[in-house]
Amino acid sequence: MKSLAELAAIREKMQGKVVLREGSGDIRVVVGMATCGIAAGARPVLSAFVEEINKRVLAGKITVTQTGCIGICQFEPVVEIYEADKEKVTYVKMTPEKAKEVIEKHLVGGKVIEEYTISNI
Amino acid sequence: MKELSLNILDIAQNSIKAGASVISIELEEREKFFSIRITDNGCGMKADFLANVTNPFTTTRTTRKVGLGIPLFKLAAEQTGGSLTITSRHESEHPTDHGTVVTAVFDPTHMDFTPLGDIASTITILIQGSPDIHWIFTHKKENGCVSLDTDELKAVLGDVPLNTFEVIAWIGDYIKEQYFGL
Repeated sequence: MKSLAELAAIREKMQGKVVLREGSGDIRVVVGMATCGIAAGARPVLSAFVEEINKRVLAGKITVTQTGCIGICQFEPVVEIYEADKEKVTYVKMTPEKAKEVIEKHLVGGKVIEEYTISNI
Repeated sequence: MKELSLNILDIAQNSIKAGASVISIELEEREKFFSIRITDNGCGMKADFLANVTNPFTTTRTTRKVGLGIPLFKLAAEQTGGSLTITSRHESEHPTDHGTVVTAVFDPTHMDFTPLGDIASTITILIQGSPDIHWIFTHKKENGCVSLDTDELKAVLGDVPLNTFEVIAWIGDYIKEQYFGL
């Protein structure tokens, strides 16, 4: 059973990492979470990003944030990837499976998955 | 929306947008009765906006002129014979005690009742997106209660942010385990 003691253990562990985590967020993953995104399945997509990044210990490098409607409701769930000195990449009609693939190939591998981007529609 | 927990995720975004610092999500379940109440201390709505808030052509969004969040939630309640009520106090008239309360009542035995679905995901994602808000979640059932208060977690976590990936994972499991324990 999960307990607050376990949370205290996470705290102990994280405090040692605080220095490492400064300067974090080289890559920003932004998931659209307005009515259109949520209805189209954005929640499991966002969960997949959070779980997978946690599992692969990429937290120091990637931050995941949420945004409202960006105006392309028909292509939801929409995920935007911002990386310093690079052009923004917009992935459309995302699924949890595609999210894992984006982490593997794009965020870790550095290669944009063109077929999932908005320019490929 | 396929799950009521998705409606909750959606409606709570309005509270976040209203600048709330405390948002509480209360579910209550007993025989032939299910209610969802979302209470915030955000800026509130003025009477004329409130009067039209269930109209799909009333919205705060800027990218389109339609807002379906509240109409969809209302529909989900009314299709079970239930109802949606919203009360609000705008900050211009109530400078110290403003905010909004959205209450939806359902008949869970009705064939058109939408299942609650993955409420643990909804709560974790809300906290992940807005870790500075004080979130209070309670789900009262006849056989017990599931609850989470982010202030209690913050007291343990100290400087470690609530939206740290490991903490978010812990919160999800913590809620799920409470449900298993009922």
